[in-house]
Amino acid sequence: MNVHTNHPPVPLLEVRGLTVEFATRRGTVRAVEQVDLDVAKGETLAIVGESGSGKSVTSYTVMRILDRAGRIAEGSMTFSGVDLVAASEKQVRALRGREMSMIFQNPRAALNPIRTVGRQIEDVLKEHALAGSADAKEKAIAALTEVRIARPEERYDAYPFELSGGMCQRIVIALALACRPQLLIADEPTTGLDVTTQKAVMDLVMELTRARGMSTLLITHDLGLAAAYCDRVMVMEKGRVVETALAGTIFKAPSHAYTRKLMRATPRGGVTLRDLLPEGSDLTPPEPRPAAATDGTPLLTVTSLVKEYPKKGVGLTLARLMGRGTDEDLTPFRAVDGISFAVGRGESLGLVGESGCGKSTTSMMVNRLTDRTSGSLVFDGIDIGAIPARQFARSPLRRRIQMVFQDPTDSLNPRFQVGRAIADPILRMGTPMNGAALKARVEELARLVGFPEHLLDRFPHQLSGGQKARVGIARAIALDPDLVILDEPTAALDVSVQAVVLNLLQDLKIKLGMSYIFVSHDLEVVRLLCDRVVVMRAGRIVEQGMTREVLSNPQDPYTRELLSSIPHPPV
Amino acid sequence: MLGKILKRLGTVVPSLIGVVIVTFLLTRVMPGDPAAYFAGPAATPEAIEEIRRSLGLDRPLLEQFLAYVVDLAQGDLGTSLTTGLPVMHEITTRLPASAELTLLGLIVSMAIALPLGVLAAVRQGSWIDHLSRVIATAGVSLPVFFTGLLLVYVFYFILGWAPAPMGRLDFFFSDPERVTGFFLIDSLLMGDLELFRAAFSQIWLPALTLGIFSLAPITRMTRASMLAVLASDFVRTARANGLPPGKVVITYAFRNALLPIITTLGMVFSFLLGANVLVEKVFAWPGIGSYAVEALIASDFAPVQGFVLAMAILYVLLNLLIDILYGVIDPRVRIEA
Repeated sequence: MNVHTNHPPVPLLEVRGLTVEFATRRGTVRAVEQVDLDVAKGETLAIVGESGSGKSVTSYTVMRILDRAGRIAEGSMTFSGVDLVAASEKQVRALRGREMSMIFQNPRAALNPIRTVGRQIEDVLKEHALAGSADAKEKAIAALTEVRIARPEERYDAYPFELSGGMCQRIVIALALACRPQLLIADEPTTGLDVTTQKAVMDLVMELTRARGMSTLLITHDLGLAAAYCDRVMVMEKGRVVETALAGTIFKAPSHAYTRKLMRATPRGGVTLRDLLPEGSDLTPPEPRPAAATDGTPLLTVTSLVKEYPKKGVGLTLARLMGRGTDEDLTPFRAVDGISFAVGRGESLGLVGESGCGKSTTSMMVNRLTDRTSGSLVFDGIDIGAIPARQFARSPLRRRIQMVFQDPTDSLNPRFQVGRAIADPILRMGTPMNGAALKARVEELARLVGFPEHLLDRFPHQLSGGQKARVGIARAIALDPDLVILDEPTAALDVSVQAVVLNLLQDLKIKLGMSYIFVSHDLEVVRLLCDRVVVMRAGRIVEQGMTREVLSNPQDPYTRELLSSIPHPPV
Repeated sequence: MLGKILKRLGTVVPSLIGVVIVTFLLTRVMPGDPAAYFAGPAATPEAIEEIRRSLGLDRPLLEQFLAYVVDLAQGDLGTSLTTGLPVMHEITTRLPASAELTLLGLIVSMAIALPLGVLAAVRQGSWIDHLSRVIATAGVSLPVFFTGLLLVYVFYFILGWAPAPMGRLDFFFSDPERVTGFFLIDSLLMGDLELFRAAFSQIWLPALTLGIFSLAPITRMTRASMLAVLASDFVRTARANGLPPGKVVITYAFRNALLPIITTLGMVFSFLLGANVLVEKVFAWPGIGSYAVEALIASDFAPVQGFVLAMAILYVLLNLLIDILYGVIDPRVRIEA
């Protein structure tokens, strides 16, 4: 095992042969098996793996906060001389927060929604006797200042719902670091945050932990993040450690097949979509559908599109009626502020930007689920913006514009077998066909998206995430649409599954001659899948052009900031 | 805060107008002829007609309604045909009797159900969880008149710890000076501990009966709500930061679990207030439920109308109280209000 020479020989945390079992309805399941790990003082170790790899269970076990179904079956854990397996709950509680602490995914949910953030920090400080009633507030504000929260005296009284996601994560970090622990466990701390926020949060964590000589255990699915911020990387698969190495070497010379597979599947510069697939995959390009004779006009032309939301509230409504109120109160909020772009036939357009930039609102307007405030949306010569969203479901154009949604689970009716889910658009809008023909069509669609036909009578909860994503895609292409809007279709998937789904989308586009609008926050994915890209910020387009040019030679400072925020593994 | 409460009260006005109209119409379409009932079985058709005229029942519906609304505006709910007393007077004496009993029953119930529900959730699957399930199921499945009679049998007949179930006070005592209408509170306001003890000795058995009956919804809701909150991320954060179990369960989990519990409490209270007729009968309690049922059987309009109206107003006020409590507990509700 590689250990930096400047580290002391005795690790802060030493785990040997850890096996964790979960009692489930189908008997005991081993979530973690024979895991060894060491974290030296001041060291940063990343545990990388896909869902189900046991990386989170490992960290919960170290903190001894497994839920009641979980049990340490074998192994030892020692934290600065304390035997964590044998220690009583009371002893471990004294360590938690004070000696080792944890930050979590989904920071807003990780905070008590009905307690002010200041009070929550005070709770921790008081519990570990680092503050009394007199100085608690002062120390809590100091903790907020340390995580660079602007106007900390004001934020002290804020509730989590009043703060942004990035700000909430800073509060969670402040909670975790308030008692100056020796070990910080960060469990997917930036998943779900924007890329620039991710960079800010990670930089902050690293700066604070390094300044205090703390050790960090970073749990992540993102190899790039692990490589950019950690000294060593440990790769886990199905509850076992497959490889541990220095961050620098693991990317240059990954020794385990699974590590290589993960690395291949991670979207990055200088590769094609095909390169993401595991070695030995079938790489034959699909046969393109013969292009129909067209006049060369774009499929969709969007001109000066605007979406405004009036500010809400009884008082404001009254003020509006009586013609009073300040201008700022009465000006509606512009979610989309006069954007223009076009989507060519057979082209895929990437729509990128951070949360709140208006990309989802734009896709909802194009998909005719939301009405525009002004501007035009010309689809194949028809201004579809003029058709109210409520009536569009009955329009013959509905079947030509379809959508794949972000969450593959939530976007499927849990009471429909997936075969029925795929048949749904055909039954509602397609040409009427008899049972046998419908069945044949559903099976054909399943084959197209690579969904096993024998699983068609299953329910969504019986399928994996990747399978559900395929069902969502099959449903969207069931009516042979011309334009498919993909709203972060792979954001909830593991990288290896994402690689397969992205290739599937690419092949389908060529095979069926569709156009895509691909809404994403992930520039690396857009780089691989999209011909052209539109970068949005605060409702406006800051830059658009060919993906290759925009991403290799960005003109707008914002695009440059986005690009530079992506963590890159050393090549 | 006061402005918001007033605004919220404003939204109540339309529903109250609706209640006035609906109660009026409903009592008019009820089966049974009050004139015939009032006249007695031996009356001639002429006599019945005479009574109908004197009650104003022969006039058009709209006219009757207007007369009703005018009376209502003056605080006059009409006169009961069976007792001959003004309905307003009856309701103002009987409603506090019912409310006092129900409130105490609810307090008894909460005192048992909330800790039981919290413990059942914290130690899910343990003996206390099973015990809470058994107690709740038993409480709700035994009819209140049965539990009531059983308690009377044990505590009055065998043990002699409780006085005879004969209403709010023993004959020897006279009612306390009326301030709230709640005997327990009024007697304390008078400083008469003897009277307080007498009132309490009468009320604790029926209150216990009601409490046992309402254990189930409160225990189950507390348990379910606590389980959901205990599984949430912020409870995990609190534990990961080393907060002690008491702090995690009470300050972090229980306060967040309170919202659905308060909703349930409101529903249980308003349900019990009107529906505890059986308990009132068993304990000879001069409550509003038995009053309304007797009037209904006698086709006596005015008390039924008055009862429904009183309940509607109470319900509206209760909902207002719940909304205010929501705002106190959850800052997110405060913003939306």
